[in-house]
Amino acid sequence: MTARPATVRVAGGQGFWGDWLEAPYRQVTGGPVDYLMMDYLAEVTMSILQKQKSRDPSRGYATDFVTQMERILPTVVARGIKVTANAGGVNPRACATAVADVARKLGLGGKLRIGVVTGDDLLGRLDGLIARGHTLDNLDTRRPLRDVRDRVRSANAYLGAAPIVDALQRGAQVVITGRVTDTGLTLGPLMHAFGWAPDGWDHIAAGTVAGHIIECGAQCSGGNCLRDWQRIPDMAHVGYPIVEARADGTFDLVKHPHTGGRIDVASVTEQLVYEMGDPRAYITPDGVADFTTIQLRQVSKDRVRVSGVRGKPATDKLKVSVAYFYGYKAIGTLVYAWPDALAKAQAADRILRQRLTDLGLKFEAIHTEFLGASATHGPLALEDVDVAAIPEVQLRVGVRAREEAPVDRFTREIAPLILNGPPSVTGFAGGRPKPEEIVAYWPALIDKRMVQPSVELIEA
Amino acid sequence: MKKRLVDLAHARSGDKGDTANIGLIALKPKDYPLLVKQVTAARVARHFKGMITGKVERFELPNLYALNFLLHGALDGGGTISLKTDAQGKVFSTALLRMEIEVRK
Repeated sequence: MTARPATVRVAGGQGFWGDWLEAPYRQVTGGPVDYLMMDYLAEVTMSILQKQKSRDPSRGYATDFVTQMERILPTVVARGIKVTANAGGVNPRACATAVADVARKLGLGGKLRIGVVTGDDLLGRLDGLIARGHTLDNLDTRRPLRDVRDRVRSANAYLGAAPIVDALQRGAQVVITGRVTDTGLTLGPLMHAFGWAPDGWDHIAAGTVAGHIIECGAQCSGGNCLRDWQRIPDMAHVGYPIVEARADGTFDLVKHPHTGGRIDVASVTEQLVYEMGDPRAYITPDGVADFTTIQLRQVSKDRVRVSGVRGKPATDKLKVSVAYFYGYKAIGTLVYAWPDALAKAQAADRILRQRLTDLGLKFEAIHTEFLGASATHGPLALEDVDVAAIPEVQLRVGVRAREEAPVDRFTREIAPLILNGPPSVTGFAGGRPKPEEIVAYWPALIDKRMVQPSVELIEA
Repeated sequence: MKKRLVDLAHARSGDKGDTANIGLIALKPKDYPLLVKQVTAARVARHFKGMITGKVERFELPNLYALNFLLHGALDGGGTISLKTDAQGKVFSTALLRMEIEVRK
């Protein structure tokens, strides 16, 4: 048994697939860290990856992760940093193989053990599960999954930290998973490092809160922070967050020295309430965290201490994320200039809608916005604005239908307005909008016993 | 006298399906009770009238001097279904900060 560390530092490297490419490298080189966690999977990402895999069985994972690993692996191996990432998508094994290839190419063959976590993918098991009474009812609409069964593109259970702990205990230095919760990528390392018990609910909750804070990258260290945003320093070199945890479950949020951004009670609080439901019950596969017990204290510049976190036992369910084909949509835009910019855009919208009606096109929804006036804040935005003085307005009209034909016809009704609608119109350089497939999200629950995570090891 | 929430609080919002959440955080802890008293679920529902189709729920986080609001039916179906620019409810936060509340001078 090795000695337990006094503190463990888990760095957040990616808040989503598409986050800053410089961040992981800066996290592993900017100062000491023990773990690097990277979150790649949004709800719809899985269906895109499933589509890639169906065309090519060697794909279906976040390829950017492999590129990142190529850049950071020499440092990671030299410094003994461990990496957790849900970059495996619907093909964690292929992702791990690609990383192992990269490691050998870098001369790190024999120096890297990769853990692969699978068991979350339910796509091939759906009919059996439904036949055995697991109806996978939509959490919002209560409808059973069989209603859309023939249109399902992907189905994944959210796994928790347990298989990550297992992989780390078996010596994996890089752990690549499929649909593991964002928070599990941080909690797993802390459970492993401190030997926290799976039913030590306060510890589990503390690690979950730590994971929630850093899972969106710089969004807790100055990014997207409203309070005094103009005074947050050097955002060009924003420091991504690091959890510096202790065995008792308290932890500090910090960032590397000589980085930009700001870690204070305001920036951390904004991230804590992000995507929050009932704060007394933040449910993960690992346990339930009570966000009303969290205490925050600024202990020094760019260091916030988190303590007091209490947890409750895990539920007997796992969340399942299903993606299914829904229909089609398209969005068209035109820009109208002063004078009467908003009135012109409104007139164009009326004309367009009349033409769609005359054509007999049926849509599930037609949605109009006036960007520069009321697109995001609706009628609230125009309460104290001199509407006649607005310099320009972008008309943005979207349509949605189950069939492609009406959506396609809609896309041909935007450009004519340039010559046969209201005046002072521009901004159509992008050309005709394209109908886009909608793959929608179906949240459900499943009995935990139906899902068995599995861990295998690959040596580079 | 009346004050806008933007002078009393900061906020962040996000999504869960077709529901937007807004975390409203007092700039000064002493103003938190004022937010609790005046920024009720009913008041927020009136503020967003015409912009949301469902109900508004409110949760208190006195430890963070924060209130969390759930605005149901705010996102035109949410996620990939939504036709809105703000399909993920990211700026409902500042829309709430436009609200005026009564403050004792």
